[in-house]
Amino acid sequence: MMITLNVNGKMAQADVASDTPLLWVLRDTLGMTGTKYGCGMALCGACTVHIDGYAARSCITPAASAIGKKITTIEAMEHDPVGQKVQQAWQKLNVVQCGYCQSGQIMSAVALLKSKPAPSDADIDGAMSGNICRCATYTRIRAAIHDAAKTLA
Amino acid sequence: MNDLAIVNVSRRTFLKASAGLALGFYLPLGYGRRNAMAAAGGTAGTAAFAPNAFVRIGTDNTVTVIVKHVEMGQGTYTGLPTLVAEELDAAWDQIHPAGAPADAKLYNNLFWGPMQGTGGSTALANSFEQMRKAGAAARAMLVAAAAKRWNVAPADVRVSAGIVSHGDRHATFGELAEAAAREAVPTDVKLKQPKDYIYFGKFVPRTDNVAKTTGRAIYTQDIRLPGMLTAVMLHPPRFGATVRGFDAQAAKAVAGVADVVQIPNGVAVLANDFWSAKKGRDALHVDWDESAAFTRSTDDIIRDYRKLAEKPGAVARQDGSFETAYKKAATRIEAVYEFPFLAHAAMEPMNCVVRVAPGHCEVWNGEQFQTVDQASIARVLGLPPDKVAIHMLYAGGSFGRRANPHSDYPVEAAIIAKAYAQRHGGHATVKLVWAREDDMRRDYYRPLYVHRLRAGLDAQGHAVAWEHRIVGQSILAGSPLQAMVKHGIDPTSVEGAVDLPYAIPNLSVELNTTQLPVPVQWWRSVGHTHTAYSTETMIDELAATAKADPVAFRRQLLAAHPRHAGVLKLAADKAGWSTPLAPGRNGEKRGRGVALHKSFNTYVAQVAEVTVGGDGRFKVDRVVCAVDCGFAVNPDMIRAQMEGGLGYGLAAALYGKITLRNGVIEQSNFDGYPVLRINEMPAVEVYIVPSTEKPTGVGEPGTPPITPAVANAIAAATGRRLRTLPLVLT
Repeated sequence: MMITLNVNGKMAQADVASDTPLLWVLRDTLGMTGTKYGCGMALCGACTVHIDGYAARSCITPAASAIGKKITTIEAMEHDPVGQKVQQAWQKLNVVQCGYCQSGQIMSAVALLKSKPAPSDADIDGAMSGNICRCATYTRIRAAIHDAAKTLA
Repeated sequence: MNDLAIVNVSRRTFLKASAGLALGFYLPLGYGRRNAMAAAGGTAGTAAFAPNAFVRIGTDNTVTVIVKHVEMGQGTYTGLPTLVAEELDAAWDQIHPAGAPADAKLYNNLFWGPMQGTGGSTALANSFEQMRKAGAAARAMLVAAAAKRWNVAPADVRVSAGIVSHGDRHATFGELAEAAAREAVPTDVKLKQPKDYIYFGKFVPRTDNVAKTTGRAIYTQDIRLPGMLTAVMLHPPRFGATVRGFDAQAAKAVAGVADVVQIPNGVAVLANDFWSAKKGRDALHVDWDESAAFTRSTDDIIRDYRKLAEKPGAVARQDGSFETAYKKAATRIEAVYEFPFLAHAAMEPMNCVVRVAPGHCEVWNGEQFQTVDQASIARVLGLPPDKVAIHMLYAGGSFGRRANPHSDYPVEAAIIAKAYAQRHGGHATVKLVWAREDDMRRDYYRPLYVHRLRAGLDAQGHAVAWEHRIVGQSILAGSPLQAMVKHGIDPTSVEGAVDLPYAIPNLSVELNTTQLPVPVQWWRSVGHTHTAYSTETMIDELAATAKADPVAFRRQLLAAHPRHAGVLKLAADKAGWSTPLAPGRNGEKRGRGVALHKSFNTYVAQVAEVTVGGDGRFKVDRVVCAVDCGFAVNPDMIRAQMEGGLGYGLAAALYGKITLRNGVIEQSNFDGYPVLRINEMPAVEVYIVPSTEKPTGVGEPGTPPITPAVANAIAAATGRRLRTLPLVLT
């Protein structure tokens, strides 16, 4: 079926099977590979995007269910005021290692900071524990979120 | 810096990625420039080879550092460029790393002989002089060119932060690049003295920071080439099963599916995209021949191994006479330990892109084992190895997995591409993508091991006897690295046990190697994953039995090992070992535990603080880690690897367990195989021992001590000694 999606403020068309998850439309049809595949079951968070501002796991979100909604991906974060601060904090603290999970980590962190500009450690645990990092960069992710919150204050 | 997501050294890709950058010159060491161009790009018109082709400087003032090791998170794309930048006196933001092509003559791991690859925490250590000399040679040629231009003595020319100067005359590297290319390559270069270091020992931003925080970093998973098909495999449910027949009708009916091919490993569905291929795979009907399949369960294996642990094995170390001393000992302790199979579970499930054409093959991969993979792929395709080109990409984690001695997934991709090409005109471009389930059920696991340890104290509480028996599969046997197995001892099975540093006069280490069809492989820190646990919990138990302080007990056995003793003292001091731990809340017990282990020539001690709840669930609150890895080139990279290494170990300590039931792997995703999450990560403090020794690796050594440190903390809190992994108290 032909669907039209609003991705990062632009309308994009995709001719895909009706059950295709948003993740694979982004990656394989639209060529936006910043959003990653890690588990396919919403267990790891590597595929996190924003749908109407809320963090969502694109691997279990049928693309067709996102028609008419605002989809935001990592590719848009350089132009997002909160996204920029989060990226800068990540870079300043050398958070990344292999980096494969970090698009999803950043999308979850940005969603957190947009709803809670000064999150506590418990808030961070709550918002970020759905995002696995096998390199275990967690102490730096936590520090970078606090750092970004300070620069946003 | 580094808007480039990733740059391959193949000249075509490089030029494309760097938007028409004019390459000024290539700087090799020792041999001619043309040879180096051939080496780095393979397109310079000559076929000769040259060593040490690691630096290129463009007329646009970029310095490209060719990195022969994969960047899989451990920081090679920052650490190795630091070595060049230091000696070149480059500005950090002009430095760009690029992955080396597969070429064992030029880009071999100097610790491995004629073999290119990454592992054993060797990347920075083996490159330390090589990359510094490459940078120093480039600097000397720029200086020579500037001296000629300004008609001054080279000794009077200065270089600082990418600017060459004499008096009030200045030139950038880019401005001098073409002239420097005409200078003779120095045969000998002087390296800097520590007082002149500008980058060593200081913070530098990772070169991959921007690419990996913007989604621009390109991994194998992200490659899309013209005409490329995505392949998803259906593997047999049990090891050793084969395809008797299959019905592909339903799979081929899925929109987007291009073909279905049978290969020795199972059946592959090829489609235009992953989702179509996966739907096709799920619609396949395969009749498996399981007559030769492995159908046993983990419990059966453990039962067998426990019996084997009672029997003597091949002797890996023998000091004095264990039996005599053990009989005479005043106190004897015997313990049996169980270590499960572990999956690597890198965030990026295994994948590989292969393009085959008559007489040639190209591979795109987060490539950790170039020489082995190149030879393996060449063999299945019937090509000479030099007809297999490998393009380096970022690896989304590995932890050992992408250095498979059998080249399992790259060969699988090549066989699928070959099978498809045979039916479609001789050409194929195939991206093999394993779903998470395929990655977990088709891993090459950390072997399951059983250890038996017997140890004795004399009447004064001195350790006098120690016997360590290890039972498990060999990683090296049956692999291309089989020659490393000597006298029945696979060194990867006993490392960390045979080099026990403690002065125990009667000491024996034995190995009973088993054979199973369950595929096995190294997993971050390899043998040390299990030997650190049994040795460091047993030494702790001996200390407790002798009513001695665990740190003091270890220290008095380390007189001959000052670097072990050094990290032990540093970790204990920084953790406040001599002051009591703050008590827990109502019903909670708290404990502090220490562990000390050397691996890959790096010494690490960790002190863990643990809180055990009334329900037996526990949380690791804080870890203090001391590391001696020789001279610290990039202290922040070292800290990151200690944090990550112990976090990776902690995941296995808390949850890691792959099991078989009647031959079928029971776990398939992060629900059945949980890993560490942010709420379970302890606060971590890392302290680096100041040192002028040669640098040693840090990718793995942070992992081994964490599990015994946590177990010793649990023992301190509860009195319970856990001997089965993962650690469960409830």
